[in-house]
Amino acid sequence: MSQKRPRYKDILKRKKDWPIVNLSQNKKTFLDEVSQNVFKNLIQSNGRKTLHEELETTIYREKQRVTNNPWRVDPKDDLTFWRQVQKKQLSVKESKDKVTVEKEILKEIIDRYCKEIVGSFNKSSYRFAKRITTFGFARLLNAARVKGFKSIFSRQLDLQDQIHVVGEPDQLRKLAKIGTIVLVPTHFSNLDSILIGWVIQFLGLPPFIYGAGLNLFNIKILAYFMNSLGAYKLDRRKKNPIYLETLKEYSKRALEWGCHSLFFPGGTRSRSGQIENSLKLGLLGTTIKAQRSLISNYGKNAKPIFIVPVVINYQFTLEAPSLINEHLKRTGRERYYRESDAFSNSKKITSFLMKFFTKKSDISVSIGRGLDVLGNYVNEQGQSLDQHGAVIDIKDYFLSGGKINVDKQREHTYVQILSKKIIEEYYKNNRVYSSHLVAYTAFKMLERKNPKLDLYSILRLSEDDLTLDYKSFKTNFKKLRGIILKLNEQGKVDVNEKFRYTADESIIYGLNNVGMYHAKRPLIKSKDEILILNASTLYYYHNRLEGYGLEKHI
Amino acid sequence: MALKNTYKATIGVIGTGNFGTAMANLLAEKCNRVLLHARSKEKAAKLIKTRKNGYHKIADNIEIITDISLLAEKCNLIFPIVPSINFRKMMKNLSPYLKPSHILIHGTKGFDFDGINKSNNRFEKSKSEIFTMSEVIRQESSVVRIGCIAGPNLSKEIASKMPTASVIASEFDEVIDLGRKYLKSERFLVFGSNDLMSTELCGILKNIIAVGAGTIEGMKLGENAKSLFITRGMVEMVEIAKTMGGQVKPFLGLAGIGDLIATCSSKLSRNYTVGLRLATGEKLNDITYSMREVAEGIKTIDVIHEWSKSNPIRIPITETLYKIMHEKITVEEAHAYMMKFPFTSEIKFLN
Repeated sequence: MSQKRPRYKDILKRKKDWPIVNLSQNKKTFLDEVSQNVFKNLIQSNGRKTLHEELETTIYREKQRVTNNPWRVDPKDDLTFWRQVQKKQLSVKESKDKVTVEKEILKEIIDRYCKEIVGSFNKSSYRFAKRITTFGFARLLNAARVKGFKSIFSRQLDLQDQIHVVGEPDQLRKLAKIGTIVLVPTHFSNLDSILIGWVIQFLGLPPFIYGAGLNLFNIKILAYFMNSLGAYKLDRRKKNPIYLETLKEYSKRALEWGCHSLFFPGGTRSRSGQIENSLKLGLLGTTIKAQRSLISNYGKNAKPIFIVPVVINYQFTLEAPSLINEHLKRTGRERYYRESDAFSNSKKITSFLMKFFTKKSDISVSIGRGLDVLGNYVNEQGQSLDQHGAVIDIKDYFLSGGKINVDKQREHTYVQILSKKIIEEYYKNNRVYSSHLVAYTAFKMLERKNPKLDLYSILRLSEDDLTLDYKSFKTNFKKLRGIILKLNEQGKVDVNEKFRYTADESIIYGLNNVGMYHAKRPLIKSKDEILILNASTLYYYHNRLEGYGLEKHI
Repeated sequence: MALKNTYKATIGVIGTGNFGTAMANLLAEKCNRVLLHARSKEKAAKLIKTRKNGYHKIADNIEIITDISLLAEKCNLIFPIVPSINFRKMMKNLSPYLKPSHILIHGTKGFDFDGINKSNNRFEKSKSEIFTMSEVIRQESSVVRIGCIAGPNLSKEIASKMPTASVIASEFDEVIDLGRKYLKSERFLVFGSNDLMSTELCGILKNIIAVGAGTIEGMKLGENAKSLFITRGMVEMVEIAKTMGGQVKPFLGLAGIGDLIATCSSKLSRNYTVGLRLATGEKLNDITYSMREVAEGIKTIDVIHEWSKSNPIRIPITETLYKIMHEKITVEEAHAYMMKFPFTSEIKFLN
């Protein structure tokens, strides 16, 4: 059956044509450009703090970080470096050329950050990693499913059967030939980056660069994949303006160099299980800045930048229990939380992968329609369209009195427009599975049964109170399904084909899939009752359908 | 009158109502060319012939045109100032000629709402079917740099060169700066705000209270009563705006209190006049028929009445005015009802 699905050819045959190869071959030039620009921007910007104060706080915080929160990936000379720059700053306090020296220090810090951030893409290890993700996973799948050593060489089943790419993959391929793509997927699991990596090469696109949390590089197996798939490093511990500016400039420059990029605009994995409803604007804003800069440098020949929203539809999330706990702790006003441990070591991941491939659970990746940097749809020629379908010129957004100008406040507002549009597209492209709806129905019924209890009390209900009558469960399920199908007709949400089965079949399919890899299933059917075994993971999966106004109908 | 024409710029104004004309004249003092768009050829011909519009004398550097594509082509900055009921249609006509480089600052103080004359179950019960003019501009065109102008701006006083001020609200600083550049003068101050939606709501909702204040005046209930009414009216405006997702702050400024005081105390205000005439027993139809221009407050009261059916909010003032307008109660009954109304805490919105 896999033969029937399209196999996409690479859109760029020769690897040396890949923008990412160009970037890694000219890494030095690239980093120099980044560093010089950051330096220029920081010197010019009239922030509230003087350069002296900025350096002082940055150095202080960095030293704090090194001692209080060190990670394995941190460079060995971290402390030495920060001590040395501190010493340098302290020693010049009174001298005349204070500004010159402080500028030097700034440049040193920027250069260091640049080196930290930069990815180490390498053609041959990319090829190897690519082979692992496709053939390797497929082999693993066959071996596990069909059993027996020989089956390792059979091609009966492969990743395509398990992962469905839906939506607009053909448009994406076309756009990738015309301009620079920025994929912006929803983010639920640490597996997302590997999954997207697979989708990118499956669609025949050249590798993308993307910012991955530095904490992931602590884990060797992930670090390997990430490096070879074009990742650069984001360190969430560093929140100082110098670092953030460097990071943004890095992303902006890479876009200007034509490197297809991948952002997870939600910032981190969705803790609640709900689709992102607010995005981090910093990195997203670099698309707008890069587009403006390209237009002002190349005029009509400027390469367009396309934003492509992607929704990853899982029926389970490995990390769900720990994610939802973090979420509940946070909303419950507990300030401190620990990083989840579901992905803490390579062994856990491997065992998860085995589970994933031996039990069957569909994953679909919905590729949304391409947008320009203002969130307008683009056609297959890459031209921006207004809401009536008329072609508009993206350049016009950056004009003031007939000339292109840099207006930070304007561009900041543009990012908000773009972000709103991306969220809209997420909700439209979200693909509803029966498993989402069984979770939603069950949890909402539980809430209705206990109208006086708040969320935290509901989650603490005793076992006896965690049962629902199957008949009324089915009635509610059918009713909500009707509403979702109506929303689907209006183009407001996508649905999985199994969603249209008879209600009983659909419910069974849903129950079999909701959180199927967890040690404790959230929801099962027993005779005439639906039993809730784990209310907080149920809550997590239920959240996926929040934001559609379904609660009014139950 | 000495024209200054400081700037070489062509600015567009759409709508030849009182406020549109007043704005065009203000702009004409600072820019060398203003294009004023009239909806009908007849109106345009009359204006061209007389160079007068009601009590406004039209400045010499204002050109009256009827070709909306010409306006879009020549002007990068446009002020659409047409009644809310015609606004969407006007935008549909204008939209094909607009580009994302255009900047629009509107001066229309009403809602866009098409649910009123349809059956009630058709009405989706949310804010999502009621739009402010900036939302209409976004929906109908590719323009994103949008602003609105609001404040105590009685047209006749502006025409008589009396001093006043306005707020230009926009998410974009450049829109505010541009508006200020071309409007600010010795007798016209311009303030800026980044809260576009709330500022629009100020201008729209104050018209409800203006109608009500007119009825108080018409019944000769005295200044204390009027003050009582305006203050309670302000609270109701803010509660409505908050339920719609707006902020309190602009209501405390020129677009809110400023405009409210002006419109609730002057016979120059159309909405106030509507209330005044209602109090003397005239029928709504007769009043609207005899008025030269639209009183936005009438439609706003209807819209908010519909909207409130599906929102958890008590709006005694708007409801009472709705009943008066539609002859369900007399002004005297309304007065008696309001004096008995169990208002709880005086001000909730600051808690």
